Amino acid sequence: MIAFLTKRLMHALLVMFVISVIAFAIQGNLGDPIQQMVGQSVPESERAALRDQLGLNDPFHVQYLRFAGNALQGDFGYSYFYREPALEVIARHLPATLELVFGASLLIVLLSVPIGVFSAIKPHALLSRFFMGVSIVGISVPVFLTAIILIQIFSIGISVTLFPGSTAWGAWLNAALSTQGHMPSFGRGYELVHVMGHWDTNLASFDGLKHLVLPSIALASIMLPLFIRLIRAEMMEVLQSEYVKFARAKGIAPRRIHFLHALKNTMLPVITVGGVQIGTMVAYTILTETVFQWPGLGLMFLDAINRADIPLIVAYLMIVGVIFVVTNTLVDLIYGLVNPTVKLTGKPA
Amino acid sequence: MSTNTSSPAATPAVGRWQRLRDSYLAYSFKRDWGAQLCLAILLGLISMALLAPWLAPTDPYDLAQIDILDSELPPFWVDGSDARYTLGTDAQGRDLWSIILYGTRVSLLIGFGAVLLQALLGVVFGLMAGYLGGRVDAFLMRLADIQLSFSTLMVAIVVGAVVKATLGGAFYSDYAVLMLILIIGLAEWPQYARTVRASVLGEKRKEYVDAAKTMGLGSRRIMFRHVLPNTLTPIFVISTVQVANAIISEAALSFLGLGMPETHPSLGSLIKAGFDYLQSGSWWITLIPGAVLVVLVLSINLLGDWLRDVMNPRLYKG
Repeated sequence: MIAFLTKRLMHALLVMFVISVIAFAIQGNLGDPIQQMVGQSVPESERAALRDQLGLNDPFHVQYLRFAGNALQGDFGYSYFYREPALEVIARHLPATLELVFGASLLIVLLSVPIGVFSAIKPHALLSRFFMGVSIVGISVPVFLTAIILIQIFSIGISVTLFPGSTAWGAWLNAALSTQGHMPSFGRGYELVHVMGHWDTNLASFDGLKHLVLPSIALASIMLPLFIRLIRAEMMEVLQSEYVKFARAKGIAPRRIHFLHALKNTMLPVITVGGVQIGTMVAYTILTETVFQWPGLGLMFLDAINRADIPLIVAYLMIVGVIFVVTNTLVDLIYGLVNPTVKLTGKPA
Repeated sequence: MSTNTSSPAATPAVGRWQRLRDSYLAYSFKRDWGAQLCLAILLGLISMALLAPWLAPTDPYDLAQIDILDSELPPFWVDGSDARYTLGTDAQGRDLWSIILYGTRVSLLIGFGAVLLQALLGVVFGLMAGYLGGRVDAFLMRLADIQLSFSTLMVAIVVGAVVKATLGGAFYSDYAVLMLILIIGLAEWPQYARTVRASVLGEKRKEYVDAAKTMGLGSRRIMFRHVLPNTLTPIFVISTVQVANAIISEAALSFLGLGMPETHPSLGSLIKAGFDYLQSGSWWITLIPGAVLVVLVLSINLLGDWLRDVMNPRLYKG
């Protein structure tokens, strides 16, 4: 156990080191911070002085060590745009993203397990085929397009005039297919409830929850098909195994077999994939937040890129790197703990 | 892993075409109307994209043919449409049908180009990792692990952002096609490398590799001439899905403003350009290119699914 833990920690530290070097290399080569900080009218001599003062003329390794030392103390420098510590800016934007990811994860967990299990137990049922069909369409629609379609349907509204409006059934079908847009399509709304520090929550007011609905669905839409297919595939494999056959032969109720015996072993690979998918989720928050103007980390990162706000970009990369590394390590550890076949000693089998 | 398409030619008299026609692949293709439909749609879109200069009524890159007064005209089935523009116009007054044809061309070019680069990098690295083993393997796979744990899209966004900021927006726009191929190619090579490595590990224990070694052949020759042909099936199967992924990645990057400029749009940048006009009621500028993108990606994904089912020997030979 100790050996396994040490090995994973060493791996995590190595990855963090690589990320920090990349992040720092970006810092050194991206844009011109002086140009971002001062106006057009500032003379060249003052610019040079500022450059010296900021230490931008020092050699690479000196700058890296200074950067790494500061980063370890949580100091990522000042954002050029916000003119406050980069970490502070990130802390302010983090709750919005976390709540969005929470909403999406909730949808994914609540929907993918029942749908996946159902379509594994009854693979030929009409409903399973429908779910499989929808899931491959879901994979093929990029997340920003899902978001745009959701906005069109639920916040702008569509009026269908496909059927003849003069007939009763035509008018009814038109009305049934048309939607009135009343869902909010951008931002977090104004009725946020303050919890603590930088954390204002969307989860405690009706208006806040309404703002959270569409972005959460959009973000979940890209992961949901993946999880449904994964759970289905794993479950089908588990259902073929000897112990399930034995449990059936023993006369245990099918429901008990499916949800107690089979589901347990199905969830093992789902944990691993789930951990890896957190990385993908962060990437997709950038897209989702851009469409919905959700004031979270993703939107902040994209704005920072457009403003060449280098300290903020670097801080974002480092924080996201930490999130990745921590979750991946945790997932590995949990997997090792719940799956007795994994050798925790770290020696090759 | 046994393969059904690259089996050694026992009788040289039978041509490649004949062998393909008699294969299990062709057999199941003839019996699957879904796969036929997908291939037809895909080939239709590809030929439309290739023939864009002849099919398109206007040249969207030619500023002289654009009239700003024609902007935001709806498609033909909506009131207020203009007979000259079947699918309506975008916010700059460009014919939407023409620009979708050209946009599909750009998207496909980047999709296939990026996959070609991925395959090249992935096959070389995967072969090296699998066949040489040891430190090379450990290093390359660790690199692949790290990159994959960040998700390919995240890597592509970060690399795109950094390259754009370093080289400047104007330069980036000029070479956007090349840049996107490079970025997406570099971001997704681990998928290929892993697949190739896995099948190389299975292949290299087989006797024909020992035989080739005994004959004194060099490892480069064994890798590329003997082992590689036997790993082609999985490469072929993931290539379809990778093309779909590359097209989506390109669209995502373009949507974030890190891809094709609006003057030379892909499907993704058309969606982005149209999104700004969604709230004013001009849904067609964004949703019609979006529908084309979905149909394109969906047909590739469905073909990929079908190909995986057919080519997975476990399923039908089992």
